Amino acid sequence: MDKLDQLVNEARAAFAAAADGAALEQAKARFLGKSGLVTGQLKALGKLASEEKRARGAAINRAKTAIEAALEARRDSLRAAALDAQLAAERLDVTLPGRGPAPGGLHPVSRTLERIERLFHSIGFVIADGPEIETDWYNFTALNLPPNHPARSMQDTFFLDGRDEVLRTHTSPVQIRAMLAHAERHRALDVMPDLRIIAPGRVYRVDSDATHSPMFHQIEVLWVGERVSFADLKGVAVDFLRKFFETEALRIRFRPSFFPFTEPSAEIDVAFMGGALEGRWLEIAGCGMVHPNVLRCGGIDPERHTGFAFGFGLDRLAMLRYGVGDLRLFFEGDLRFLSQFR
Amino acid sequence: MQFSENWLRTFVNPPLDSAALAHLLTMAGLEVEETRPVAPPFSGVVVARIVEAEKHPDADKLKLCKVDIGAGALLQIVCGAPNAAAGMKVPCAKVGARLPGDFAIEAAKLRGVESFGMLCSARELGLSDEHAGLLALPEDAPIGADLRAYLDLDDTRFEIKLTPNRADCLSLTGIAREVAALAGAPFTPAPLTLISPTTDARRAIVLDAPRACPRYCGRVIGGVNAKAPTPGWMKERLRRSGIRSIHALVDITNYVMLELGQPLHAFDNARLSGAIHVRLPRPGEELLLLNEQTVKPAPDTLLIADEARALALAGIMGGEESGVTLETTEIFLESAFFAPEAVAGRARAHGFSSDASHRYERGVDFQLQRPAIERATQLILDICGGVAGPVEEARSDADLPQRGEVRLRPARARQVLGIELDDGVLRGLLERVYLQVRDLVVELRVTPPAFRFDIEIEEDLIEEIARLHGYDNIPAPAPRAGLSMLAVPESARTDWEVRHRLAGRGFQEVVNFAFVDEAWERDFCANAQPVRLANPIASQMSVMRSSLVPGLIANLASNRKRQQNRVRVFESGRCFVRRADGENGAGEVPGFAQPRRLAALAAGPALPEQWGEAARPVDFYDLKGDLEALFAPRPLAFAPVAAPALHPGRAAAVFLDGRRIGVIGEIHPLWVQRHELGGAPIVFEVDLEAALAAVRPANGEISRMPAALRDLALVVPVSVSAEQALGALRAAAPEVVREISLFDVYQGRGVAPGHKSLAFRISMQDTQRTLEDAEVDAVISGLLLHVERAVGGRLRV
Repeated sequence: MDKLDQLVNEARAAFAAAADGAALEQAKARFLGKSGLVTGQLKALGKLASEEKRARGAAINRAKTAIEAALEARRDSLRAAALDAQLAAERLDVTLPGRGPAPGGLHPVSRTLERIERLFHSIGFVIADGPEIETDWYNFTALNLPPNHPARSMQDTFFLDGRDEVLRTHTSPVQIRAMLAHAERHRALDVMPDLRIIAPGRVYRVDSDATHSPMFHQIEVLWVGERVSFADLKGVAVDFLRKFFETEALRIRFRPSFFPFTEPSAEIDVAFMGGALEGRWLEIAGCGMVHPNVLRCGGIDPERHTGFAFGFGLDRLAMLRYGVGDLRLFFEGDLRFLSQFR
Repeated sequence: MQFSENWLRTFVNPPLDSAALAHLLTMAGLEVEETRPVAPPFSGVVVARIVEAEKHPDADKLKLCKVDIGAGALLQIVCGAPNAAAGMKVPCAKVGARLPGDFAIEAAKLRGVESFGMLCSARELGLSDEHAGLLALPEDAPIGADLRAYLDLDDTRFEIKLTPNRADCLSLTGIAREVAALAGAPFTPAPLTLISPTTDARRAIVLDAPRACPRYCGRVIGGVNAKAPTPGWMKERLRRSGIRSIHALVDITNYVMLELGQPLHAFDNARLSGAIHVRLPRPGEELLLLNEQTVKPAPDTLLIADEARALALAGIMGGEESGVTLETTEIFLESAFFAPEAVAGRARAHGFSSDASHRYERGVDFQLQRPAIERATQLILDICGGVAGPVEEARSDADLPQRGEVRLRPARARQVLGIELDDGVLRGLLERVYLQVRDLVVELRVTPPAFRFDIEIEEDLIEEIARLHGYDNIPAPAPRAGLSMLAVPESARTDWEVRHRLAGRGFQEVVNFAFVDEAWERDFCANAQPVRLANPIASQMSVMRSSLVPGLIANLASNRKRQQNRVRVFESGRCFVRRADGENGAGEVPGFAQPRRLAALAAGPALPEQWGEAARPVDFYDLKGDLEALFAPRPLAFAPVAAPALHPGRAAAVFLDGRRIGVIGEIHPLWVQRHELGGAPIVFEVDLEAALAAVRPANGEISRMPAALRDLALVVPVSVSAEQALGALRAAAPEVVREISLFDVYQGRGVAPGHKSLAFRISMQDTQRTLEDAEVDAVISGLLLHVERAVGGRLRV
């Protein structure tokens, strides 16, 4: 074997034997350093004849290049090994929990309301709001419930001490406030645009057990326009209930009833076609065509405009949606209960 | 309203079973709340007579009875009932009978004596809870008759929830009329005979308030036996209607009220003096009622009186001193019409209601008084005997309700309901419920009968049409309307965005009652004049809250009791504050401010327990960070404040654009201790409206030039707030200063006592060119000079 080939083989073996960067640099010096073996070969060229010198020089340079390549390859593999070792050392337990705060959540009734608002917003209803301490006129009289009307006793009212105001017993007074504002805003127009509102909020009645709370939530839906009909009321209510419960497997019936502020009036009952409540009719809303006296109190001409209104118990919808059996749970602030609705 | 189905079927008997009948009523607006069989299933029980009742030879408490069940031979039955006695008629369950609970009767030996059947108490048959002894049957009960047939037990008790507009259905006759109309079945009214007077005993009647009482019929009936027993069938019908039997005279008046809908009252004629007056009370007048309550009638409460005294609250309740008793022999029977407005609310004002007032305030048929008094007279003569005088009637025709024609435009009805029914069908529907219809081609003119008080305007007729046509038969299409988009203002956030921001920062929303304990208002809000309820549901819910914070504190306390020590809760809702009348804007109620607020509370560890962060309690700056994040990018300002129930050194008023919008702080240690709140809870409460406002972002110029950064550590007296120092820097900063941020606060070694070091990073940048070092240095010295003058700050060395 050529001596140069032997040198290259020796260098490769020495580099491979180098366990780390420092050892490799030492091995490099042995072959490529100033007094290294390759350098020694080059120095020896001077003694040769020019013809031989050229051939020998080329051979030495080939060997040198081979040794340099071997060196570089070894460097790369040492670097790669070092990186592998570092990465291995940096390995994390990726199953440990993440760091930082945990999210909270909305109240189940809020969550329900947010969905309802979105559903109604999608067909052009806007939110309306009203006070919770309400005057007798807005809460009763303007809703066609004059003093001494027997239907006033249907609503066990909280009265304020020494004042005539009451805690509103329903969200219906917002109808009057919204109609008055709407009529006033569009007074100058020949054609009043339709009024489409939903009015959610807290209402109060003197009642307390597993299905009644002295404070609870209602949502009022009102649409007044020039050709709004009872069929429209049914259409909107049915659409809403199917979209809210996200099922077509829902029976819905409209049952004649009486409310002073609507005529004709209906109760809406639903029955699920599966699940724990299968087949039972559940009363879910009161509704009807807005009574002409109510439209008049809202500043709207009942000859020209008709409207429908319905009122849902928001808490009841939330109970049905999430399978909550006791209304009181909504108002006890128990984090173990509330945190389920995140 | 409760009634027996079998009784109803004596007036109208459609080919419908109980369930179908209930559905028919419910879908016509007479909601059937419950149907319940009058008796549970049992069989093989007959009417029997105890012929002999001897003591059992081997048992003190048992009797050996010989019983006749009409089968020839007497049965030997051992019986333990204390009231078992010879001659008594009782129910007997024969061998082979099945009693409620699927209990089979077999021949048995009791203490060595054979027994062929069982004599039954009411409870054993599931008829009532009565189990003191055997159910005693009337003397005339036919021996051997099947008990179910004899007592009419194959019957269902209906309970319907009537809406206030359907007073006409507060009687069997009214419901039967409705069923006949709905089911198309014939209606047979109760039998009516005119009783010819057999005496001329009479009592004069004077209508002193004819508007309130335009018709009053009265009749004297003498020689009655008040002790006569009420017939079993009447007792049973009353019982199945939820009315307790008192004695025959009272039972008959109740029976006629249920049958026809006309409340009646019987006075003891011997205790009346002079003419009957229907009048308003005199000052100071008092009346002892049948319910043993003494009332001072309000000035607008109508009375029945004689010439000596008040006798009854008209249409509400009779008086104790003039009522009939078992000793009564002569009665004065009243059958009157009182105007709904004259009765409405009066009973409730006295704290009770009665079957009569319930009917009168909703409306009683004003043509029913004579038929009802005749019907009652007939029953009294049949049951109690006696002689009837003539019916005395006082009437004011001008004051009786008028039944005018109501217009119905068929086109309007079709439009309001969204249905296509032709005029003839509409007319047919109305006529089915006894409305008289005149067809004027362009419109119908409709006259309601005297028993309907709910048909006054066109909508009342439209409702009748919808109801009779069937709500189910009205279509439910998707409505059609003009499509215009709703406004989505960018200068406002929705409630939901605000709530989700807080939820995203770890807060759980709660909903607390708006009424609270008065002590909370005093302790936590220093509110000595809260808005009080007149009729609170409980004393700890007697005033309206003026702040959301006490509710959150209560949530903390209750959750701590449930081992939840890390509590982060928020609520959004109205608060209630008194305010002088006249200070209110549109949409508000005079005398009250009802702002919508947003409040949050954090207590316990700052973070949920975890492996990667050291545990530390939440503090003021944590919650302040949450509050700032809630309003970001709009900056809030804070200034120390004294607030009720907050730590005096750890509370701040919160300002937005210079306006005070709320407060933030740590709960005062005394309250923490008193309410056992654990660590130091931090709370904030702000106006929700402030949190809902938003700013629309606008693009500005972004400089491509490099920024120069300088750090500036200032030593200031501890009394100088960070805000003051920052404010001083900002006030003096020239335009090239883009941002000044506080990055360190230090007190301790190297800083003089009573002082602190505040380290600011100042970022400077020009939009057009790179700043020279000299310019930057000049800016910094300018800032230093100013801050030294303004707050006494010095460069830390």
